[in-house]
Amino acid sequence: MQSQLPIYPEQASNFAPQVDSLMTFMILVSAFFTVVITAAIIFFFFKYRRKAENDIGVPIHGDMRLELTWIVVPLLLSMVMFGWGAVVYVDFRHAPQDTLDIYVIGKQWMWKIQQPNGRREINELHVPVGRDIKLITASEDVIHDFYVPAFRVKMDVVPGHYNTLWFRPTEVGRYHFFCSQYCGTNHAVMGGWVTVMEPSDYSAWLSSTSEVNADPVLAGEKLFAEKSCSTCHVSDGTGRGPSLHGFYGGKVRLADGSIVTADDPYIRESLLLPNAKIVAGFQPLMPSYQGQLTEDQILSLITYIKSLQSQPISGTGAGVIAAGKK
Amino acid sequence: MATTTTAPAHTMPREHYLNSTYGIRSWLLTTDHKRIAWLYLAGVTFFFTLGGIFAAMIRIHLLTPNGLLVSPETYNKLFTMHGVAMIFFFLIPSIPAVLGNFLIPLMIGAKDVAFPKLNLLSWYVYITGGCFVLYAFATGGLDTGWTFYTPLSSVYSNSAVAPAVIGIFINGFSSILTGLNFVVTIHTMRAPGMTWFRLPLFIWAHYATSIIFILGTPVIAITLLLVALERTLHLGFFNPVLGGDPILFQHLFWFYSHPAVYIMILPAMGVISEIIPTFARKPIFGYTFIAASSIAIAVIGFFVWAHHMFLTGESTYAALAFSLLSYLVAIPSAVKVFNWTATLYKGSISYDTPMLYALGFIGLFLIGGLTGLFLACLGLDIHIHDTYFVIAHFHYIMVGGAIMGYLGGLHFWWPKITGKLYPEFLARVAAVTLFVGFNLTFGPQFLLGFMGMPRRYHNYPPEYQVLNVLSTAGASILAIGYLLPMIYFTWSVRYGKAAGPNPWPATGLEWTTASPPPTENFEVTPVVDWEPYDYKNRPDLGLAAPVVPLAPAHGDD
Amino acid sequence: MEVLAPAEALDIETEEGYRVHRTGELYGQYQTLEQQKDSATLGMWIFLATEILFFGGLFLTYSINRQAYGQVFAFSSRTIDLKWGAINTVVLIGSSLTMAMSVWCAQVGKKKLVTLFLILTLALGSVFLGIKGIEYHAKYVEHHIPGLSFDLYYCTNNPSACGLSGQALENEKIELEDLTAKAGGPDAVNAHSQLFFSLYFGMTGLHALHMIVGAGLLISLILQSLKGRFTPEYNTPVENIGLYWHFVDIVWIYLFPLLYLIDRH
Repeated sequence: MQSQLPIYPEQASNFAPQVDSLMTFMILVSAFFTVVITAAIIFFFFKYRRKAENDIGVPIHGDMRLELTWIVVPLLLSMVMFGWGAVVYVDFRHAPQDTLDIYVIGKQWMWKIQQPNGRREINELHVPVGRDIKLITASEDVIHDFYVPAFRVKMDVVPGHYNTLWFRPTEVGRYHFFCSQYCGTNHAVMGGWVTVMEPSDYSAWLSSTSEVNADPVLAGEKLFAEKSCSTCHVSDGTGRGPSLHGFYGGKVRLADGSIVTADDPYIRESLLLPNAKIVAGFQPLMPSYQGQLTEDQILSLITYIKSLQSQPISGTGAGVIAAGKK
Repeated sequence: MATTTTAPAHTMPREHYLNSTYGIRSWLLTTDHKRIAWLYLAGVTFFFTLGGIFAAMIRIHLLTPNGLLVSPETYNKLFTMHGVAMIFFFLIPSIPAVLGNFLIPLMIGAKDVAFPKLNLLSWYVYITGGCFVLYAFATGGLDTGWTFYTPLSSVYSNSAVAPAVIGIFINGFSSILTGLNFVVTIHTMRAPGMTWFRLPLFIWAHYATSIIFILGTPVIAITLLLVALERTLHLGFFNPVLGGDPILFQHLFWFYSHPAVYIMILPAMGVISEIIPTFARKPIFGYTFIAASSIAIAVIGFFVWAHHMFLTGESTYAALAFSLLSYLVAIPSAVKVFNWTATLYKGSISYDTPMLYALGFIGLFLIGGLTGLFLACLGLDIHIHDTYFVIAHFHYIMVGGAIMGYLGGLHFWWPKITGKLYPEFLARVAAVTLFVGFNLTFGPQFLLGFMGMPRRYHNYPPEYQVLNVLSTAGASILAIGYLLPMIYFTWSVRYGKAAGPNPWPATGLEWTTASPPPTENFEVTPVVDWEPYDYKNRPDLGLAAPVVPLAPAHGDD
Repeated sequence: MEVLAPAEALDIETEEGYRVHRTGELYGQYQTLEQQKDSATLGMWIFLATEILFFGGLFLTYSINRQAYGQVFAFSSRTIDLKWGAINTVVLIGSSLTMAMSVWCAQVGKKKLVTLFLILTLALGSVFLGIKGIEYHAKYVEHHIPGLSFDLYYCTNNPSACGLSGQALENEKIELEDLTAKAGGPDAVNAHSQLFFSLYFGMTGLHALHMIVGAGLLISLILQSLKGRFTPEYNTPVENIGLYWHFVDIVWIYLFPLLYLIDRH
């Protein structure tokens, strides 16, 4: 679906009007300078064309006031452009607190999306209108990029990293999304559709079971046991590793005294580089699972650990500050 | 308006650098900077043609949404090889290695560069690097994009990555040696009286470019070497599976590749700064500011690289810093554009082809530069990063800017280099054709980008077709604009009218010697006691004094 | 053709018509000997600046990876024999001394000593390269060469091949087990250790390459010096190649602590 005037895509998210007004401002400023300079060139070109064969021009070497003017004015304009753009970007890079989190995995050449209840989609993303949506992205192979022109948002999907992006859809409808970081042969066809629905329709869709894979929480719990996580991460806090009950989303004090939030990237990092951010009061004993878990499996584990959020610890651990406490 | 006078026709000098010695050995073993310039001209023209053929195939393929011409794999190889050929083997060497090599010693009154044998070695290194890359093209091609992002390039691609990056690695040394040669030449080989602020702005531009050559190129060299090692020995610098970080590659890559774009544009700006005073017959407005802005661009340009990485997940603070710096680096370029425009005021302007290219440059560079501000704007970059907007932006600068500067310079100095005049009318037609074709090709791409069409796409959704067709139509016109000079320049070497030492006339030292110059450049070492572009005080040029009295001196440098 | 410099007469023309110049005298593109000397010296300094950026990329990659994989890097670093590295450091610094001496001797006109010191520099440089060969051979034996059946566990599994026994072997085994547990399993340890050794060979290899080039330059200097070419008036090649040699020495002075000394206990 295109807008009436086909020079910009539909505005379907909270960022779209912001980006578009910024664009309008930039176009106006650029058009102004382009017109002024072009007009000046054309005007001088004709007014001062050579009359006689041997004519020369009037030697004018420079003018300090002019130079300063055309340094200072562009500088000020640039700062406005910078500032305005920065404000939009900082907003984009900091997702609000209460988001609907959806996992997005990119691989050559498809997108696997997992909704909060475990429902999976391929090359399709269903979201409710008016809700803050956070996409947590991971790549299984090379760098991809998740781009929704109608929302004016994109973010690189980098292997070895979790990159997140957020938006709030504002219009019900169907919108293209594209992979926009060259990723090999079928980069150009690695796209799909975002479907924005009324919240009630979304809930209905979410629970309809056309093809729901195993509950990721269960899958994660199974993996947790299989990979012997429960050996150290005993639920009552008496194990060699911190209990993961009530762990997700809380603050954690590290061995070096700093405090971090136990979010998805933290858990992922702890799986792959366990000694990077050790919880205070625990020994650096955890082995790394680098190469032993696919991105899917890491997601399942995180989903499981997330599900333990509401189950309080029955024991204590020095570094773990239970969620809600300071 | 005519450029030749009614004085008796000129003749070619009896002996000059082109005919002083004969035979293939005298060319392939030459240490004469002027002949080396010709060697480079042959090389860059070859790679330009190759890159141009790839571009033509790309544009034809994109006439339809499902791709008209080639398979996806081939398409991906086409845009990669187009980028590699054009950037590393045409744009980066073009003006410095062809025009810079030819002109720098002449402009400063020297007999040659500081290290002539090193100069020849630079060319052989360039050719060797080119051979590796051609080998890669011929045996499997290259499909990683010219940016070689890992782990696609170091692990997943099935194309001839290793020979290609080795070729680019080798080619880097050609740049480094040329930059070294230029800096030393400009420091130590100036003729008596040629002080720093009497240097033509072309020299200042090349000095700034050489700084970038020297400091930036070694970093890409080592980075590509690491990619080659990772690929062949399965190491893990940039491969997350083995503990590496793909983003480290991007930092190392862009640390060079951003300053590289200033390597491509600064020399062209130097050419424009020579052409405009010549065809307005007055000194450039703001000489010191233009000279200083060249250095400023080179320096600040080293601090903006991560504006290519705003959406990789880099820290917000880093993004803010790099966006701010990217705006700062735009200011010196703006200063130049204003100064060039002001130079036209109260000039005595002629319509010769070099001037047409120079004025076209200003307009197109203006658009290209302004759209760079869009990309530097963090909030906008979220939407337009990695879309056709970026492609349009950099083609405006590199084609509308750098290539027009190169062609303008070739036309301007062709009489000096060959002793012959190119056909003026045909050249003007070509210049206008090029300008029109160029805008039609790349203008629509800004729109395509904002509409959301990502780059490097062999297929696209049907709603993008109209703009793609427009773009391809423009490309066909652009191609004519490039073919015409290739034809008439070649024609003019044999059949062109003899130019005489100073057909325009222009004020630089290079115009005081014969066209073509003798091998040792000057019969007698010149002693310089005039300011650059000083038409008023050069009676030897045979021009009238200005009718309007000199403006009162204020703001003079 | 009139030119300012009187030394122009030293250009001679061969039968084929090419201009040649006798080494040590004025080259055709220069006006004065001073200009020639200034150009050569400035050229060498700029070349060294490019080398700093060249090595710099590698150093940066090493630092970043060292940060990320400190323990594995530390262990891997400890498998390199400190003794040879220390000897090499002394050897190289000594060679810089002899190089500086040869420059000084040229400046004061002691021609025979110039040759002697150049030969000493070459000799010390060769010793350095020889020791490097010994070190590389040791790494080959221990299966520490990336891409060539790399295996950090080879030595503890085949102690006789690496010359390990007794208490040293036990200590090594314990340390390696400990490392493996902490750093995420044998595959991760091998991958990261391979990174260390890639950088080790990359950095020391690049350095050795520069030394070999330096050795070649020294041979050329020695041959010229034997003909008495270098005088107080003309010794630019010695000075400039001296600069190059000192630079290569300085690179080693950074390499040695970074690769051998950090985390050595």
